[in-house]
Amino acid sequence: MSPPLLHIEGLAKSFGALAVTDDVSFSVGEGRLVALIGPNGAGKTTLIDQLSGAVQSDAGRIRFAGLDISGLDMSARARLGLVRSFQIAAVLPEYSALENVALAVQARSGSSFRFFGSAAREEELNAPARAALKRVGLLARADDPAGELSHGEKRSLEIAIALALRPRLMLFDEPFAGLGSEETRAGVELIRALKSEFTMLLVEHDMDAVFALADEIGVLVNGRLIAWGAPEAIRANERVRSAYLGEETLA
Amino acid sequence: MTMRSQTPAILLFAGLALFPFVARFGAQAYLLTLGARTLILALAALSLDFLVGQGALISFGHAAYLGIGAYAVVLASMAGINDLLAQALIAVAAAALFAALTGYVSLRATGVYYIMSTLAFGQMLYFLFVSLSALGGDDGYTLSSRSRLFGEPRLTSDFAFYYLCLAALALAYVMLTRICGSRFGRVLNAIRQNPLRARALGFRPFPSRLAACLIAGAIAAVAGALLANQSEFVAPAFMSWQRSGELLVMTILGGVGSLWGAVLGAIIYLALEEALSLLTDQTHVLIGPLLIVVAIFGRRGLAGALAPKASGSAA
Repeated sequence: MSPPLLHIEGLAKSFGALAVTDDVSFSVGEGRLVALIGPNGAGKTTLIDQLSGAVQSDAGRIRFAGLDISGLDMSARARLGLVRSFQIAAVLPEYSALENVALAVQARSGSSFRFFGSAAREEELNAPARAALKRVGLLARADDPAGELSHGEKRSLEIAIALALRPRLMLFDEPFAGLGSEETRAGVELIRALKSEFTMLLVEHDMDAVFALADEIGVLVNGRLIAWGAPEAIRANERVRSAYLGEETLA
Repeated sequence: MTMRSQTPAILLFAGLALFPFVARFGAQAYLLTLGARTLILALAALSLDFLVGQGALISFGHAAYLGIGAYAVVLASMAGINDLLAQALIAVAAAALFAALTGYVSLRATGVYYIMSTLAFGQMLYFLFVSLSALGGDDGYTLSSRSRLFGEPRLTSDFAFYYLCLAALALAYVMLTRICGSRFGRVLNAIRQNPLRARALGFRPFPSRLAACLIAGAIAAVAGALLANQSEFVAPAFMSWQRSGELLVMTILGGVGSLWGAVLGAIIYLALEEALSLLTDQTHVLIGPLLIVVAIFGRRGLAGALAPKASGSAA
């Protein structure tokens, strides 16, 4: 069996005396959808930041696609195919939705040090960008500035940007945060549709979404991974129940 | 980049092309000299606007490149190189070297620390030339004549010199407009809009920002070479921090992020300075409040007021 796409070992991060990530180890196999859950303050976003390179780890190793990427910065990790979305949608507000995605296509295709020639007229950038926008249901808003999109539309744009990068692993930081139930349902369907094409690691609060989507679930509490397993096993796990999951969510 | 969004720029350049003919009805020699000087400083302001508007790189030392270009003319003519094109090439090379060396250090800082480091490098260069007595030190250096163009002394006519400056400005405008819409320009602008997003896409800010510094520095150095020819005199005052500040004022007045706005800003600033100097010696007492009004009420400056839609991200 080939080694897992992502393998982290003994990852740690402290802010002052507070251990936000405390000796965390796990693997994500190719083609899997893994979800990390945990109460507020469990250290989920910090872990995503460490994996994407936004935050440097104090200790531990991260192996991705057979390489030790622990010392690489965010842009280098992104170029290797480790791509993240942001909890607070980070789009380019002055660029149109299409330009946002076209820039992602540009990032993975050829040189960005071309000084002349209009990028807006390059069909090799625009066609894949439009395809990604169509996939997330945002084609109708392609020409609108990203800053003018609704919260839910910005989340969809984030996913379109991630898609256009053709990542080997997508890290989603609470993709459904702040969405209404209708938008969340659409988002769950979209990610379910992407499952067959991409390996994904998802940090999420919405339990229904997590249990509907994940192949494996890890539970973080106070920076420590207290459980790991298939959704049914996590649902039945006594430690998880007492530490985190309210009885009513499991009823 | 649509033709419509270029309408203000086309009108502006048409007006500048007609100016010498209108000047015939007034004090032509005086107006042509003032006009050429305005075009040269507009060229420097244009390059600074590219840096600030596209890269959010607020340089408080941009006048250093004016000085580099001007002293390149002095040194080249001392070495017997009298052709303006050759001198401009030397100026561009020197500016690129200075941009690479200072950018390598300055670009490690962001925000106000970047501003401070550009100011510091500008002042270092200023005091270097103040101390070079072979080049006249603080008193400056008087050129024996204007540079030649294609081997002939074609620039002695103020009329011809004005159009040379206008051609340089128009060329730089077209070049920068195209750069803004290119793949490179998109990345640079994306880094300005949201550096975190740009890095998450896999773009490293440093190489793009450094390239922007090289481009802007090279254009400002050409402006410096023209300025030396315009006044037939070069002094360290060309690169004083006050001059850097004036260039920033021009871009802010015209509207940061609008390239033609920077040209308009330079024209309005210098025209105001000239007109107000008839009334008072303390022109900046009057220009200061104007800048405050622009800063508070119209953050997109004159360009935003004249063509609100054309002043968007596309340049």
